[in-house]
Amino acid sequence: MFTGLFNYWIVVILMMAGLYIVMSSGHLVKKIIGLNIFQTSVFIFFISMGKVSGGTAPILKDGISVFSNPLPHVLILTAIVVGVATTALGLAISVRIYEAYGTVEEDEISEMDKENRQRETSVSTVVLDKQ
Amino acid sequence: MIVATVFIIVKLDRLMTAVMMMGFFSLLSSCIFMILDAVDVAFTEAAVGAGASTIFFLAALAIVGRTSKKRKKEKTLMPLAVVICTGAVLIYATFDMPYFGTADAPIHQHVAPRYLQESGDEVGPPNIVTSVLASYRGYDTFGEAGVVFTAFIGVLLLLGAGTRKSGLERPDPPNAKVESMRQKIVLREVADLLIAPVLIFSLYVQWHGDYGPGGGFQAGVIFASVIFLYALIYGIVPAQQLFPPRKLAYFPALGLLLYAAVGLASMAMGGNFLDYSVLMPDPHDGQHYGILIIELGIGITVAAVMINIFFSLSERSL
Amino acid sequence: MIEQLPAIQLLLTLLAAPICSMLRNGDQSWRLATIVSWASVAIAGALLHQVWGGGNDISYHMGGWPPPWGIEVVVDELTAIVLLLVTLFGALVMTALRESLSTIMRHQRQSLYYTSFLLCMASLIGITLTGDAFNVFVFLEISSLATYTLIARGRDRRALTAAFRYLIMGTIGATFILIAIGFMYMLTGTLNMADLAERLPEHRDSRVLHASFAFFTVGIALKIALFPLHYWLPNAYTYAPKATTAFLAATATKVSLYVMIRFVFDVYGVEFSFQQMQLGTLLVPLSLAGILIASLTAIFQSDAKRLLAWSSVAQLGYMSLGVGLLNLNGLTASITHMFNHAMMKAGLFLALATMIYRVQSSQLTSLAGIGRTMPLTTGAFTVLGIGLIGVPFTAGFISKWYLITGALDKGWLPVAVLLIISSLMAIVYIGKMIDVMYFKPAPEEFSNVREAPMSMLIPCWIFALLTLYFGLDTRITAGLAGRVAANLLGAS
Repeated sequence: MFTGLFNYWIVVILMMAGLYIVMSSGHLVKKIIGLNIFQTSVFIFFISMGKVSGGTAPILKDGISVFSNPLPHVLILTAIVVGVATTALGLAISVRIYEAYGTVEEDEISEMDKENRQRETSVSTVVLDKQ
Repeated sequence: MIVATVFIIVKLDRLMTAVMMMGFFSLLSSCIFMILDAVDVAFTEAAVGAGASTIFFLAALAIVGRTSKKRKKEKTLMPLAVVICTGAVLIYATFDMPYFGTADAPIHQHVAPRYLQESGDEVGPPNIVTSVLASYRGYDTFGEAGVVFTAFIGVLLLLGAGTRKSGLERPDPPNAKVESMRQKIVLREVADLLIAPVLIFSLYVQWHGDYGPGGGFQAGVIFASVIFLYALIYGIVPAQQLFPPRKLAYFPALGLLLYAAVGLASMAMGGNFLDYSVLMPDPHDGQHYGILIIELGIGITVAAVMINIFFSLSERSL
Repeated sequence: MIEQLPAIQLLLTLLAAPICSMLRNGDQSWRLATIVSWASVAIAGALLHQVWGGGNDISYHMGGWPPPWGIEVVVDELTAIVLLLVTLFGALVMTALRESLSTIMRHQRQSLYYTSFLLCMASLIGITLTGDAFNVFVFLEISSLATYTLIARGRDRRALTAAFRYLIMGTIGATFILIAIGFMYMLTGTLNMADLAERLPEHRDSRVLHASFAFFTVGIALKIALFPLHYWLPNAYTYAPKATTAFLAATATKVSLYVMIRFVFDVYGVEFSFQQMQLGTLLVPLSLAGILIASLTAIFQSDAKRLLAWSSVAQLGYMSLGVGLLNLNGLTASITHMFNHAMMKAGLFLALATMIYRVQSSQLTSLAGIGRTMPLTTGAFTVLGIGLIGVPFTAGFISKWYLITGALDKGWLPVAVLLIISSLMAIVYIGKMIDVMYFKPAPEEFSNVREAPMSMLIPCWIFALLTLYFGLDTRITAGLAGRVAANLLGAS
C-alpha cells in the first residue's frame, strides 16, 4: 500500500503547501506563487493517474504496445495554459494595485480601504478615476 | 527534494529567491512528468513554468519590490486549519484509489483504448497526445486558445501596451538588472549564439508536433522566450522595435480566428465544427492539414500573447 | 443549418470578440458587439423553440467525434432557458453599455472592454452548452478571467483589490472543481457527463467519489458565492464599473448555479447527492442563514450598490434553498428564481447605473430626490424593486410563491415563516432606497440633473416591463421550470 499510494501522498502535501502559501501570505505576489504551486501539484496528480507501469510515452511506434494514458496529458496541457493565463492576469492586477496603493501587502491595503470607507460614510465624496 | 523546495518557499520572505525557487519547482515537476511518460506535458511545464511565468514574476517584482513582511502570528492558524482539513479529505480519498501504475485501473479501460488503438488510423499523427488534443478534443483546445486570448485582453486593458504612462511616481529605480546585463559581453555573445538556433528549434517544434512531443503551444512559448532573452540582454526598446506592440496586438486575435476559420470551413463543407475529415476528399489529408493549421493558430496566439504580456509588464518598470 | 445552431450560438460571440479587439474604434466595436449579442438572443430563442415541451434534446458532436471520445454539446430545456437568460440580459446591458462607458474610459480602451464583455458572454454560453466535465472547467476559466478584468476596470482603486481577491478565491474554486473532475475521471475513465452519470452509481461507496463531491461542492459554492463563501461578492459588485455589475449580477452566479444543478442532479445523481452525502441538510440551514444575515446587512448599507450586492447574496440563498428542499415546488422555485432574479437584479443595477451616470456617486445621500429629477429611471427602479420584494403580479412573486409552497410541502413551517420575514426585510431595504429617492430633498449640486439618454433608459424599462410580464405569464419561466424539475428529480 505504501508504495502504491506514495505518489498521491506527496502530491497532497505539495498541494496543501501551495494552498497554505495562498492563504497565509500577506504579499499579493507571493499569493500567486502559492496558487501556482497548488495548481502544478494538481497537474502532477493528474499525470500520476495516467501512468501505466512499463508503459512508454504515447507516441505510436512499431514494437511498442503499452502506452501511458494520453488523455490526462491532454487535459493538463490545457490546464497549464489556463494556469499561466491566470498568473499573468493576477500579476497585472497586483502591479496596478501597487500603482494605486503604493504597496502590495494585504494588511496595509485593507487598512487604507478602511480609512477610505470611513471618510466616505461621513462625507459622501466622489473618488474620480485618474485614468 | 521537491517537497523541500516547496517548504523553502513557504518560509522565504525574499520574493526574488521565492520566484527562483518556484522556477526550480517547475523544472523538477517537469522532470517528474518526464518520468511519468508525459513528454508533452514535461516540455510545456519546462517552457511555461520555468520559462514564461518566472519571467512574468520577475518583471512584476521589478515593479512591486522584492521583500514581503512577516504577518502577525494569529493569521497563520486559520489557514493551517483549513489546509489540514482539505489535506485530510484528500488523504482519506487516496485509500480507495487504484494503486499507482496499475494497468487495469478504470481510467485505462473506457475511453483511452480507442485513442491508443485507433487514432493512428482515424486521425493520423503518431503522437497520440497531438491527435487527442487537436482532433478528438479540439474544442477544448479552442477554449484554451480562448483563455490565453482572454488573459491577453485583460492585461492589455489593465496595463496597456506600447503607450507608456507618464506622471506615475515610483520610489525605487527598478530593473537595474537589465541595465547591468547590457554591459556583460559574455552573456551577450552566448545569447547571440543561442537566439538563432532556438528560433529554428521553435519552428521545428511547431511542425514536428505530429511526430514527437511538441506543437503549437510549446513552439509559441519557446519563440516568446527567445524574445524575452533578447529583451533582457539588449533592453526592451530594441525588442519592441523588432516587434512593435501596436502591431503585435493584432496577432492573438488573428491566431484565434485562424483556428476558428478551420472550424467554420468544416461547417461550410457539411461537417460539424472542427471536423477536419470533411476538409479534403480524403479524410486523412483533411485531418492532417486541419491539425497543422490549428496548431499554427495556437502557435501564433500563444507567442504573440506571451510577448505582449511581457512587454506590458516590463514597460511599467522602465 | 438548423443542426449547426448550438455551435453557432457559441461562435457568434466568441468570434466577434477577437474581431472587436482589432477594431480600434470604440463605437464600431460597440455596434458589432450589440448586433452580435442580439443575434445570439435570436438563436437562443430558436433553440428554446426547438426543445420546447421536453423530450427533443439536441446533441451536437464537436469535431464529428461521437461522445465519450469527442466533446458533446447538449441542449435541453434547462440549457435553453439559461442560454436565453445569458444572451437576452447580456444584450440588454450591452445596449446600454456605450453611454455608461463613455464617461469612464478612453475611446481606444473601450473596444477592449467590449471584447472582454463578449468573451465573458461567450464563455458563459460555452459552460451552459457543454456536456463534457472538463470542458466546463475550460470555459469556467475564460469567464473568470474575463470577469476579473471587467471588475478591475472599476473607477475606484478598491475595484483592483476586489478583483484580486476574486481572482484568488475563483482560482482556488476552479482548481477544486478540477480536482473533483480528476477524481471522477479516475473512477470511470470518462469525462462525458451523460457517460459519467451512467458509470458513477456503481462507485457510490468509493471514498474517491465522496471526496470528489466534497471538492466540487466547495469549489462551485465559491463560484456561486453561496453563504458563507460569499466573501468576494459584495466588494466585487460594488466597485465594478456600473453597467458591468448589472451583467455580472444577472449571469455569472446564475450560470455557476446551473453548473451545480447539472452536476448534483445529472452527474452525481439525486440519490447520491442528497441521501448519501446529505447535501440537503447542509444547504438548507446555510441558505437560511445566508438569506437572513445578508438581508440584515443590506438594510444597514449606505451605498446603494453595496446594498443591492448584499441583497444578491440573500437572493442566491433562495435559489440554493430551493435546491436543498428537493421537491418539485422547491426546485421549480430555484430555476424560476434563477431567471427572475437575473432579470430583476440586472434591471435594478442598470437603473442604478443610469442614475450614477448622472450624479457620479452611488451613496444614498447623493441619490436623494432623484425621483423628481429623473422620474423615468426612478420609475423603472421602483417597478423592479417591487418585483424583488415579491409583490403579487410581478415576477418575484411567482418564484417566492413556489418556494414557500415547497417549504410547506415538506411540512417545514418555520422555514416558510423565515422566508416571509426575509421578504419583510426586503421591503425595508428596497423601501429605504425608494424613500430616499422620492421623498428626500435633492442635494444642492444635483438639483438640476437631466433624465438619462434613451439608450440607457429603454433597456431599463424593458427590464421593468419584463418583470411585470413574467409576473402574469409564467409559461416560459415556471411552466418550463416545473417540467425541468420533474425531469431532474425523476432522473434518479
